[in-house]
Amino acid sequence: MDSRAILAELPRLRRYARALVGSREAADDLVQDTLERAWSRVAQWQPGSELRAWLLAIMHNLRIDQMRRPALAVTPLDDEAIELPARATQTDLIELGELETALSCLPEEQRAVLLLVALEDMSYAQVAATLNIPAGTVMSRLARGRERLRAILDARSKPAQLRVVR
Amino acid sequence: MSSSPISDADLHAFVDGELSEARHAEIAAWLAEHPEDALRVSAYRDQKAGLHRLFDPLLDEPIPDRLRALAVPPAEPQEAPQGGPLGRWSLQRMAASVAIALLGGMAGWLANDHFRPPPVVAHASPLSHQAAIAHVVFSPDVKRPVEITAEHEDQLVTWLSKRLGTTVRPPRLGALGYELIGGRLLPGNSGPVAQFMYHDASGQRLTLYVSTENTSNRDTAFRFAQEGPVNVFYWIDGKFGYALSAGISKDELARIATAVYDQFQN
Repeated sequence: MDSRAILAELPRLRRYARALVGSREAADDLVQDTLERAWSRVAQWQPGSELRAWLLAIMHNLRIDQMRRPALAVTPLDDEAIELPARATQTDLIELGELETALSCLPEEQRAVLLLVALEDMSYAQVAATLNIPAGTVMSRLARGRERLRAILDARSKPAQLRVVR
Repeated sequence: MSSSPISDADLHAFVDGELSEARHAEIAAWLAEHPEDALRVSAYRDQKAGLHRLFDPLLDEPIPDRLRALAVPPAEPQEAPQGGPLGRWSLQRMAASVAIALLGGMAGWLANDHFRPPPVVAHASPLSHQAAIAHVVFSPDVKRPVEITAEHEDQLVTWLSKRLGTTVRPPRLGALGYELIGGRLLPGNSGPVAQFMYHDASGQRLTLYVSTENTSNRDTAFRFAQEGPVNVFYWIDGKFGYALSAGISKDELARIATAVYDQFQN
């Protein structure tokens, strides 16, 4: 693996991890774990294959391991009650906040597929290979995830306008 | 060529550019006459655009040092030393710390906390988990919640300190309305740990779990965990791991955790 190539992938890995797990800290932990595991398995890396897909596959396997653990729900602490270093405040538009909330309501398996397709612009075949699931499963998770997201957002916001796309 | 029926999958594939040009055109024509489907396609596109607006700003953020450092192979992580004095941060030192964190089975690692706020690890912690279980097991016990009561606090301190191999004293929480009931010895991951129990005037019980098993050589900020009705604040300070558990609000527990922390700092 080429260090420059890894550096070049880091922004996108962080973006995907952030969208997948919700919190920035957990996302960077996940990226860190991913890189560590990647280096420990560097012998399995096939030069010429797509680095990002390989790293995302590792990240996906890590998530499966993490979710198998009996987990306490550990949530990052807000600085409401005790003194913690000040953090930048979120200034997202409200509707993006709604989208983020709705996204977090999806089961992770649907969220992963949706993000790989919608955010990472992967083809369905690439998603199937990365997540090691059949193409049909990619489609069903994508369809369910999108419909669920739509249902949540529709329920929250104004009645949708009817528009015909040409 | 006759066109096949339009399926759900076609609509998704249309949005994602997965179709041949010919099929794409067929779907486009279909959508012009089927507003319901057109609406769905439009919603999916909006989702896609929204996700980019939501998360693309991350692409322009500086990469945290701890991740940047991993663009190069960690130096012999298996043979990195377990402890040793920490000098200036060098790349090798960072790699060794990573190895220590891994050996400790901890999922996170605090990079260079001189320059940035410590990240909060969102993985399950054995410390908070064990403390929550110990709280749930012993705090409801009416007759024998503790092994040695506060009446014999000296004995309690002597005994627990001897068993843990270091001085362990229960903090004073009277100012916050919590009086010591007593304490007990419990099995931890690899040896003894201590539990102190307190209650307030209403009978609300609080337990402080003190472990001396931390070997990962890194302090942490306060962290919060929740298991069912039990809230847990926990932190690591040197070899000590502390976890404060109670079925009270996060805010109130945070107040007490801060007091406990302050007392152990002095």
